Amino acid sequence: MKLDLKKLKLRKVNEQLQNIDRKKNDRNFTIINPEGNHAVCAGLTEELNINIKGHVGYYCAGMNQKANITIEGNVGTGVAENMMSGKVHVKGNASQSAGATAHGGLLIIDGDASSRCGISMKGVNIVVKGSVGHMSGFMSQAGNLVVCGDAGEALGDSLYETNIYIKGKVKSLGADCVEKKMDKEHIKKLNLLLQEANIKNQKAESFKRYGSAKKLYNFKIDNISNY
Amino acid sequence: MCGIVGIYLKTKKFEKNLGKMLSGMLNNMESRGPDSAGFAIYKNSDKKEYKYSLCINNLNFVKFKKNITKEIKNLKLNQYSDHIIVKTPETPKKFIKFINKQFPEVSIVGYGHSIEIFKQVGNPKDVVKKFNLESFSGTHGIGHTRMATESAITTDGSHPYSTGEDECLVHNGSLSNHNNLRRELKKKGNTFTSENDTEVAAGYVSNSLSNNNSLKKTLVSGLKDLDGFYTFIAGTRKGFAVVRDEIACKPAVIAETKNYVAIASEFQAMAHLPDVNNAKIFEPEPGIVYSWGN
Repeated sequence: MKLDLKKLKLRKVNEQLQNIDRKKNDRNFTIINPEGNHAVCAGLTEELNINIKGHVGYYCAGMNQKANITIEGNVGTGVAENMMSGKVHVKGNASQSAGATAHGGLLIIDGDASSRCGISMKGVNIVVKGSVGHMSGFMSQAGNLVVCGDAGEALGDSLYETNIYIKGKVKSLGADCVEKKMDKEHIKKLNLLLQEANIKNQKAESFKRYGSAKKLYNFKIDNISNY
Repeated sequence: MCGIVGIYLKTKKFEKNLGKMLSGMLNNMESRGPDSAGFAIYKNSDKKEYKYSLCINNLNFVKFKKNITKEIKNLKLNQYSDHIIVKTPETPKKFIKFINKQFPEVSIVGYGHSIEIFKQVGNPKDVVKKFNLESFSGTHGIGHTRMATESAITTDGSHPYSTGEDECLVHNGSLSNHNNLRRELKKKGNTFTSENDTEVAAGYVSNSLSNNNSLKKTLVSGLKDLDGFYTFIAGTRKGFAVVRDEIACKPAVIAETKNYVAIASEFQAMAHLPDVNNAKIFEPEPGIVYSWGN
């Protein structure tokens, strides 16, 4: 079914997609003329296939559950923020805070993502085919962040248990973020993610893994004078 | 939060439509700034003649016209609501002094050979309509919709700020060291008409340009000297430049085609522009100065 955001109100379109009749088999939607609108396809909870033709604004596919959403264009701040499950595929570039606080699912970005990509991610897998900006993976807690290009300043600052895989250069590492050994399990996981993102020209072995040194996990008595 | 927009035409194709393109951009940024709006349009400059953008506030136009033509013979006046564009060969030094003395209730919004500036409190859609922005032609333009944070909702507090010949600046963000910087710039001879932080940034740019620094160099040194959050668009007779602070909390997106470069706080401000879906669209990187035409 085709939904035209030039003719229909955004709220109507989102309401329709959020309240799908489970008895019907109409699961495929195309959204045209998104024209940079915010919160397109936010809060979906059913297994839908949605194709958005054009550029969207902030918080596209926010809180997504189960839906498979493709954006044929660029996305603004906070794409797939707080996603729980499902798949969001951005064919263009993403603005800042892509996949912020997301708990699950897969976010694929074909272009670049700007600053704070994967900030506070809680279990989502994010695959960026281009590069990411500064403070990416900031305070990220679980999941995997894969970047085929370069990473900006302060990568993985104060991160917890997230694994960050970078193919290119890292401008600088944030506090408590260190390079870690690529074990077999990591190569296996990364290969799986590259496969899911349909990336064929990259080998998992050519990536470097970054994670937490875990030095900020516990209070150190030596630092008492800082408080 | 504020909305900033700018459009620079690389070819002559859309010169007649500049006002229309810019008004659509401003209208779409209403959600980011409903308190006041303003815009600067650059068009064909005549080196022999200056253009002064004046806001006559509550003064009666007929009375103003009568009084000013009595004193200065060689001038043309164009009225757009409470704004007047005065065209005259009189030099800024003389003319500004004259206006300040004879018409203290009139504010000088900007001046130069090319620039025309209009700004007023109120909803951006009303401001755009009031000045009939759609009818304007030109080579480039800059606009702003304001959500007031650190100073009052007044015409003086509205953007763009123009503190030098054919110069203007719009700003989304807030500066934390503007009081100190204002004091320093006052010592160097700059004058300010408001308590607004952006006016200080505009003064900083003017001061640097008057010392023969390029716009690009000026904005690069601004990254060190201006403390706070910002995305700036700085306009000159030749073009404009864009810069975001290194933290880059304030948004910006650029769309470039073979005919124009557009910049806005959000993509929705430029969704109506011709051929925008085939434009090269990117986010300006933090701490990098992007410049066109200069």
